Amino acid sequence: MMFEVAAVALFPAMFLALARAIAGPTVYDRVLAVNTFGTFTVLMIAVLGFMTDQKDFIDIALAYALINFIGTIAVLKFFAVGDFGYQQESKK
Amino acid sequence: MISTVLDSLSWLLLLSGCACLLISAIGLLRMPDLFTRMHAAGIGDTLGAILVLAGLMLQAGLSITLVKLVLILFFLLFTSPTACHALARAALAGGQKPLLAENLNTENPISESSPTEQPLP
Repeated sequence: MMFEVAAVALFPAMFLALARAIAGPTVYDRVLAVNTFGTFTVLMIAVLGFMTDQKDFIDIALAYALINFIGTIAVLKFFAVGDFGYQQESKK
Repeated sequence: MISTVLDSLSWLLLLSGCACLLISAIGLLRMPDLFTRMHAAGIGDTLGAILVLAGLMLQAGLSITLVKLVLILFFLLFTSPTACHALARAALAGGQKPLLAENLNTENPISESSPTEQPLP
């Protein structure tokens, strides 16, 4: 019962983060909103894993947390530097 | 006896964690500027994650799941601030000026966020 309440309480937070992702004027607001949404997803997967008593959801949550971080840093590098830094190798 | 204590404690932790996440999401929407929104996002990433995962840890008991939950919490606590730091640096490098107090129009601070709207590079 407890995990259902937590999952239901997590849903509006995720929608609000999505609202910021859609409304965000600059690209950095969108990156921030997507990063926050990713953290909420990690917690939602962990809670759902406990709700349905499938403990391998926790591994999925761990993998999602790793990938969420890598994705955020990749998008930031692209928007900050303008490219992923492959052009230098091709120019040499 | 011990399980009722554990259950009530994890009830408390889970509900307060979800409250923190809601506050963080609402703050993400209501803050006028990117850098204040990052402050709101930080609350959810750290305190919300700690409380929710601590509530789950009590339910997991001494098992491999507990170790994984500790790993998730440890990883989240390291990467969320790093991501926010990288975002702030990228925003500042991208010419995003923080909204200072004098040019915050007090009648509707949320409508116009940071003054320097950067077109996509």
